[in-house]
Amino acid sequence: MTQRRQPFVHPYIPNSVPQAKEEILAELNAESADEFYEDIPQDLRVVNELNLPEPLLSEHALRHHIDGLLAKNQSASELLVFRGAGCYHHFVPAVCDEVNRRSEFLTAYAGEPYDDHGRFQALFEYTSMMGELLNMDVVNVPTYDGFQAAATALRMAARITDRHQLVLCGTINPAKLSKIQDYCRPGLEVVLLPSDPIAGIPDLAQLESLVTDQTAAVYLENPGFLGIIEGRGPEFAALAHRHGALCVVAADPISLGVLTPPADYGADIVCGDIQPLGIHMQYGGGHAGYIATRDEERFVMEYPSRLFGIAPTAVEGEYGFGDVAYERTSFAVREQGREWVGTAAALWGITAGVYLALMGPSGMVELGETILSRTRYAMGQLEKTSGLRVRYREQPHFREFVVNVDATGSTVAEINDRLLERGIVGGHDLSASLPALGRSMLICVTEVHRQEDIDLLAHTLAEVL
Amino acid sequence: MTMRDIPSERCQDGRPRLRRFHQARWDEPIIFELSRQGQRGVLVPQTKDGIRDQVGNVLETLPPGMRRSVPPALPELAQPHVVRHYLRLSQENLGADVNIEIGQGTCTMKYSPKVHDQLAASPKMADLHPLQDERTVQGILEIVYRFEQILKEISGMDRFTFQPGAGSAAIYTNVSIIRAFHASRGEADVRDEMITTIFSHPSNAACAKTAGFKVITLYPDRNGYPEPAALAAAVSERTAGLMITNPEDTGIYNPKIAEFVRIVHEAGGLCAYDQANANGILGITRARDAGFDLCHFNLHKTFSAPHGCGGPGGGACGVSRDLERFLPVPLVSRDGDHYGLDHDLPDSIGKVGPFYGNLPVVLKAYAWVMNLGARGLREVAEVAVLNNNYLLNRMKEIPGVTVPYAPWRRIEQVRYSWEELARETGVHSEELGVRAADYGLHYWTSHHPWVVPEPFTLEPTESPSRADLDEYVAVMRQVAEEARTDSAMVKGAPHRSTIHQIDHGPLDDPSQWAMTWRAYRKKVARSLSKPPEACDRCT
Amino acid sequence: MARCDTKRIGLIVNPVAGLGGRVALKGSDGVAIQQKALLLGARPEAGRRTAAALKELEYLRDRIEFLTYPAEMGEDILRAAGFAFRVVGQIRGSRTEAIDTREAAARMTQMGVDLILFAGGDGTARDIHDALGLGQPVIGIPAGVKIHSAVYGTHPRSAGELARLFLERNDTRLQEREVMDVDEVALRSGRMSARLYGFLSVPVVHHLVQAQKAPSPVSEQTVLQAIALEVVELMESDCLYLLCPGTTTRAVAARLGLAKTLLGVDVVSQQALLAQDATEEQLLALMSGRRAYIIVAPIGGQGFLFGRGNQQISPAVLGLVDKERIVVISTPDKIFALRGEPFLVDTGDPELDRALTGFVPVITGYRERIVYRIAC
Repeated sequence: MTQRRQPFVHPYIPNSVPQAKEEILAELNAESADEFYEDIPQDLRVVNELNLPEPLLSEHALRHHIDGLLAKNQSASELLVFRGAGCYHHFVPAVCDEVNRRSEFLTAYAGEPYDDHGRFQALFEYTSMMGELLNMDVVNVPTYDGFQAAATALRMAARITDRHQLVLCGTINPAKLSKIQDYCRPGLEVVLLPSDPIAGIPDLAQLESLVTDQTAAVYLENPGFLGIIEGRGPEFAALAHRHGALCVVAADPISLGVLTPPADYGADIVCGDIQPLGIHMQYGGGHAGYIATRDEERFVMEYPSRLFGIAPTAVEGEYGFGDVAYERTSFAVREQGREWVGTAAALWGITAGVYLALMGPSGMVELGETILSRTRYAMGQLEKTSGLRVRYREQPHFREFVVNVDATGSTVAEINDRLLERGIVGGHDLSASLPALGRSMLICVTEVHRQEDIDLLAHTLAEVL
Repeated sequence: MTMRDIPSERCQDGRPRLRRFHQARWDEPIIFELSRQGQRGVLVPQTKDGIRDQVGNVLETLPPGMRRSVPPALPELAQPHVVRHYLRLSQENLGADVNIEIGQGTCTMKYSPKVHDQLAASPKMADLHPLQDERTVQGILEIVYRFEQILKEISGMDRFTFQPGAGSAAIYTNVSIIRAFHASRGEADVRDEMITTIFSHPSNAACAKTAGFKVITLYPDRNGYPEPAALAAAVSERTAGLMITNPEDTGIYNPKIAEFVRIVHEAGGLCAYDQANANGILGITRARDAGFDLCHFNLHKTFSAPHGCGGPGGGACGVSRDLERFLPVPLVSRDGDHYGLDHDLPDSIGKVGPFYGNLPVVLKAYAWVMNLGARGLREVAEVAVLNNNYLLNRMKEIPGVTVPYAPWRRIEQVRYSWEELARETGVHSEELGVRAADYGLHYWTSHHPWVVPEPFTLEPTESPSRADLDEYVAVMRQVAEEARTDSAMVKGAPHRSTIHQIDHGPLDDPSQWAMTWRAYRKKVARSLSKPPEACDRCT
Repeated sequence: MARCDTKRIGLIVNPVAGLGGRVALKGSDGVAIQQKALLLGARPEAGRRTAAALKELEYLRDRIEFLTYPAEMGEDILRAAGFAFRVVGQIRGSRTEAIDTREAAARMTQMGVDLILFAGGDGTARDIHDALGLGQPVIGIPAGVKIHSAVYGTHPRSAGELARLFLERNDTRLQEREVMDVDEVALRSGRMSARLYGFLSVPVVHHLVQAQKAPSPVSEQTVLQAIALEVVELMESDCLYLLCPGTTTRAVAARLGLAKTLLGVDVVSQQALLAQDATEEQLLALMSGRRAYIIVAPIGGQGFLFGRGNQQISPAVLGLVDKERIVVISTPDKIFALRGEPFLVDTGDPELDRALTGFVPVITGYRERIVYRIAC
């Protein structure tokens, strides 16, 4: 039965205007859209209208509603946030937002490397800049986030070596570990070598006993989840290679202005998250993952993601781009491809490219130095605060460090509550997820924290403890 | 002197002339070629004396070998040059906002409202740390919770997660939940087969394979969808589940979907509904009513969030009550007026992403539904279907176009075939699509394999006007005609785009492929007898 | 003396191929049928279709030298299309016959050609096969009625395009493709009957168009190995396995370290070869009292699983095997090439044929299946 409902004219739907709709219906020789739903059985049809909230039809009303909800949030512009643990408050240059808000980029999708040449070039430039940062020749078009990048890097290692065991070293973000374990469940064995709780870093002698000729990869993070900079990278890599395994290192690209790129100390596959490179935190909605390797066919053929390559065109001196070895991917051969590939985080890749172009070599070096300095300064200041014990003092740290509060008699949650009353978001509470550390928090300091901010943190802690 | 009536010259014989389009062509070098030593794009907070006095030269505290010896060879540009470069690249990109983007079938390239982007850019969304105390983020948590209620109503499912980064990640999440369900009943080893269809998105098959399943693929019959008998031949006591899309990429709705679900349930498997193609059925039919146990939506498709050149998007997975406990942690819960993150799911599959998903995308999807309401969603679906069938009728009139399977109606998209034209002219579908770029348009062919030969898939959505649809058809007709009269020109396209025809040869040759500028420079240098000369004064 | 970048193509046109189709006669073998067709007003299709294929080679005109045969066997068409050519033989009688095709092919190969392009149907393919066997690259321009041999392009233009790409590019390799023997007498009385006759070497080109993302020949090898791995893993030690003809089953044998005949049925058990190119009697003898599986791949361009012409896999042999023990294997590409048309069976026993129809899960890779329909 045809229902003639009241017309619903909406700015986003040009053919909702009655006259326009009538013309279309007339062309179709139809009374209503109902006729085109005839293949849908009656018993599967929704009878009435969906029970959804009353619409806010005017743009003003919509804005008012959403702004009202967002007003209940307090952002890092209003609070002083000393929390990291996988998402970082770094400075976002205005030009980064300028570029990723251009709707030519924002609303594009899967055009050809002709009509979407701009996107291809921007992403090729991103992978190229990452290549310089990482000192590697192959970098992927971004995957979803650093967790996916690590999980895929490990499975790539398994495919390349045709082995099934993965040895993960050091203290790993429990959330990341949960992802890796779910992802590596089919046919792979994940073996953990935790950090020594006293030294804060894993024991190489123990690693030697765990790595066998069935080990596909030895994995470590540098800097680690707790902020520690691992200086024995070459030894990890050498140990892996001695047993025919690959060395997989997860590294935050923002540290690579001052820290040696993992490829230089023997890493075969490097992975991580590019959120710190000019992307707002967005409550965890600003992540993208990178994977990088040498330019060897046996590595390249195991990437599941798209790989953009540069190519000549019919005109001298003109560049074009396209997919490299497309037949690896599930796009080309479905389940016969490597893992799978889909829409992930391309816009963040473009953004990270803009960031790196703005920063240049000097910017990355200076940024690295300033973060190292502020981290060390913060460790020093908090050390002086009675009741707090900064862990792993003898290890060098980048951006994050552990502060134990056992001696204060309070829980981390209680301390953070008191800090919050004063507009400060303290370190991430590790008490439940890493109980070996006792009651501890992970403090994060970046270039956005001025000396006064760090002093305020120390001062406030002294007050509330 | 008589003035010229320009608007009238845009029409001839009562119909609009084709647009004399030319895409922006800047001949823009790779950014490394624009580098000039010493230039700075942005300055960084420096280490002030107060800190330096305390910490000294911090670089000397790094372990030996960990101090980067040579700064990364990033390009050095002044800020205006960075801006200019990227804006030029953006001009060389045909985003959906600037073109009649109905050619990307299955991608649902509808209008992405600008007000949503502005709302998501607010510091009160953009500058939230995901581990902030819940009390400081009640706004975003409430938005997530409210949007979950909305999707529950739209789909009939009982619980949603937004943690997957986009559609394929959502498919994987659902596969992982199915795996966990059977494992919880001690049947992990027995139920190792996943069934899907050849028209489904490749990720359905690929995610199942990645998760360790054997993949069984059904083929369509003459109607364009598999027969129940084919499914019956595929199910057994080893069946873990069925992953299916309806309507499929052809735009054809499988009327026997409930029977499909029944067959799989009787065999003890679960059914997951890939709802990437939901735009034509919002408010018309629901996943749960057909018996599905799981479903997923692409928030950057049906729900209007922009596609971002290929992400970030948003994947929303919905499950029935029985499967709630397997969802990735945390879920958003409500206790009176307080919204919180619930990590207490001991049977959870764990995490599929670092935090809670791409919540700015959830915000945009929420805003879209709040703006349209139930009546609006119904209008979206119906107009999308009307637009699609109008387009179908007009496209069928073009000589050389055929429509496989029943050609008289579709839901929201259609897979067409240029096979007749290809047979006649030797010009292939992909070549025709590239020639369309010379008119500012684009289309997507099909997923592989090309079950429909010489395919192209169009999905208008509710966003275009009739004039937009007519313009698209006019260009398709023109390109087809050009294939007949000047096939060499069409095969040599594009001619009015940013670049000319690409030589794809190097992309599959390990000795020539280059995925970074540094790799390219190395390989070029190796293949030349002398090193290439750098010209300092260029650009 | 040819310049090094000049390519030589042998062109052989069977002028009576396809003669019968337009006037609803099935096939055109035999003088009597040809005359009947001509009387009914049929015009030979082969010449027109060859010209369509040659259009794809036009811009390579200066770099191709054709070797061909007189008049309608190629000379006339090449002259009309403006290509350089040499006539290298003679037509024996007053009409062209199979022997002319065979002699032409043999002569051209002996003189050295990069490619033999031939126009015709299944009969022509058989004649080319008889003269050449494997090794010499060939491409068929379809001019016959429904063709079963897999050595032809889907239509004349695609044959021409394949030829052009083969000559232009370095990334081609040769694939063995089936030549089928269709019983035209049976066909004309309403029975479909085809059997595997032999194989010819046909180029496989990675990209059919500049941007078409089709799987490469390298990945085709990977697929075959994956299928073979799956089949071998499923083999039980106490069973017999009958490996039917074809390249896919050959890959299974290779996985076991065994050489396999392309055209025959080989029997394997405990990973060892019990019989090669077995006859029906030998099969029945081996199968007596033992559990047996039949491993079969679709043959030819029309997806035949069992044809009446498979003398070895007779209804008696099939009768000893439960339907579930008939294992169908195929690369995905072969299935896609069927364009939705079902696999075919024609055992000679209509009841058996009916019992075999339905849906079968085809092994298409490691832990991968496509469910496909069998019809009769």
